[in-house]
Amino acid sequence: MSAGARRTGLSTPALIGVIFGAMIMVAPLIWTLLLSFKSNADLMRDSATAFSGPYTLENYGAILQGSQVFRWLLNSAIVSLGTTAGVLILCSLAGYGFARLEFPFRRTLFVFVLLGLAIPEQAVILPRHQLFAELHLHNSYPGLILPGLVAPFGVFFMTQYFRAIPRELDEAAMLDGASRFKQFWKVLLPLTIPAQATLGVFTFLGSWNDYWWPLISATRSDRFTLTVGLASSQMNYAQTSGLGFLMAQAVFASIPILIVYIIFQKQIVRAMAGAAVR
Amino acid sequence: MRTPGSWRRFEGYAFVGPFLLLYIFILVYPLILGIGISFHRADLFGARQWVGTENYARLLADPVFHQSVGNSLKLVLLIVPPLTIIALALALALNRPTKTAAVFRGIFFSSSVLSVTIVTLIWRFVLTPDAGLVAKAMQALGRDPIPFLSDPNLTIPALAITTIWWCIGLPMMLFLAGLQQIPGDIYEAASLDKASRWTTFRRITLPSIRRTLILVVMLQTAAQLQLFGQAQLLTAGGPSGTSRPIVLYIYEVAFGRWELGYAAAAAELLFLIVLAVTLIQYWAVTRREPER
Repeated sequence: MSAGARRTGLSTPALIGVIFGAMIMVAPLIWTLLLSFKSNADLMRDSATAFSGPYTLENYGAILQGSQVFRWLLNSAIVSLGTTAGVLILCSLAGYGFARLEFPFRRTLFVFVLLGLAIPEQAVILPRHQLFAELHLHNSYPGLILPGLVAPFGVFFMTQYFRAIPRELDEAAMLDGASRFKQFWKVLLPLTIPAQATLGVFTFLGSWNDYWWPLISATRSDRFTLTVGLASSQMNYAQTSGLGFLMAQAVFASIPILIVYIIFQKQIVRAMAGAAVR
Repeated sequence: MRTPGSWRRFEGYAFVGPFLLLYIFILVYPLILGIGISFHRADLFGARQWVGTENYARLLADPVFHQSVGNSLKLVLLIVPPLTIIALALALALNRPTKTAAVFRGIFFSSSVLSVTIVTLIWRFVLTPDAGLVAKAMQALGRDPIPFLSDPNLTIPALAITTIWWCIGLPMMLFLAGLQQIPGDIYEAASLDKASRWTTFRRITLPSIRRTLILVVMLQTAAQLQLFGQAQLLTAGGPSGTSRPIVLYIYEVAFGRWELGYAAAAAELLFLIVLAVTLIQYWAVTRREPER
């Protein structure tokens, strides 16, 4: 805080503007929450009944019994955690390699990886879909996880982080007779935990919220992730589930990620800002 | 510490190899494959016939593709400038070390962690004319509900509003990070000179965050050119294609009409547009600051 520290209070017009903006941010969320606690019958009559009682937990009860939301939640958790673990392992290994080891074509390969930052998903998603179809990877966890593992930004990020660690540490370990892998695993890796946290949270969020790839790769409803599952129930809501139930699903699906957000707020903000400044 | 000539020279590959293999298999190879497919008449099930540049020629003459490019540009124009200005205003207002400011920052960022399906689920029932929050508010004021999701003049603005609500957090955080880099004594000098707030903003703040400003505009332009989920879920591109952006077009051609080659060609054109935006950003950010 340097620039803003001189004035701490907000001028009245600015404060009104900020409060007005915050209301726009919050109102849709509160509306969703209210709808989710109303019976579908009440909402069929008039959704404005959401502003007053009686409120009920029947929509949440319906989720607990027999809806597929739990299955989707589990799929999302497996895919996101798998992707996060894979990215952390691959990017740490590669980051250490690029930052510390000398090998033929090191610079060329590093630039080759950085070029990947300029490739948007649209340029590869259709041929990748073909490729995965030939390998029978659709509707499987590996099929959902593998694309997320290719994170050029993660490699760049970890390489920068390893470079910033003083070389004396490796040399001391080497004099003690530690092998390359031991130097990496025992000496350097523990020092990168803050970077792992940032990259991990960033990857988890991206994977959890990913829509395009799971939409085309997971076509069986028991393989849907939460995002795709919610999209499918949203598209045929008129025939099947009621408005209240749909909103309870939205609330239910937001809870895990909001918990992650609240716990890792600092890392998330830093990761998102860092990713953009690349 | 190297032992030249031995296998140790190649030790690095054990570390970078796993990533590189996946990178080639899942990103580089599909990229090349995609360019190849775009020159074929191809369906989803593996049939291929070389047609040269026919797909590209057809695209350039396809009014539906033109419409989707136009829609994407409209979305960029309706989203990026307001998003940038609101985010900057919020950052200026909330760049202070108080608890209240921190709470507000948290509120404005919270929507960014939601997935597109949750965001559209929420906004569908804010905007829908029969049961939406806006409709209920209009009703309370004695007005007719607004058909946001079905009036061809309103669908793109509705998508823009939803997107701004969803995406406001990141640019705000980027501007905040930029503002923090400005040393406080510059402002002290300005206040000694009795510079007005507007002058201070225009002469000090704005030039100091020039890089952040370019970054936000280009990043958002590249992101919104690829807008997909909101349009697919909220309006399904309708009515009659008036809110169908490029990526939804690609999706429909590939997975609705199974014309993979044609969709791949459209994807390559979009790739070129996004690449151009990225290169402009790179050029503008790395360019030397103009002398003043």
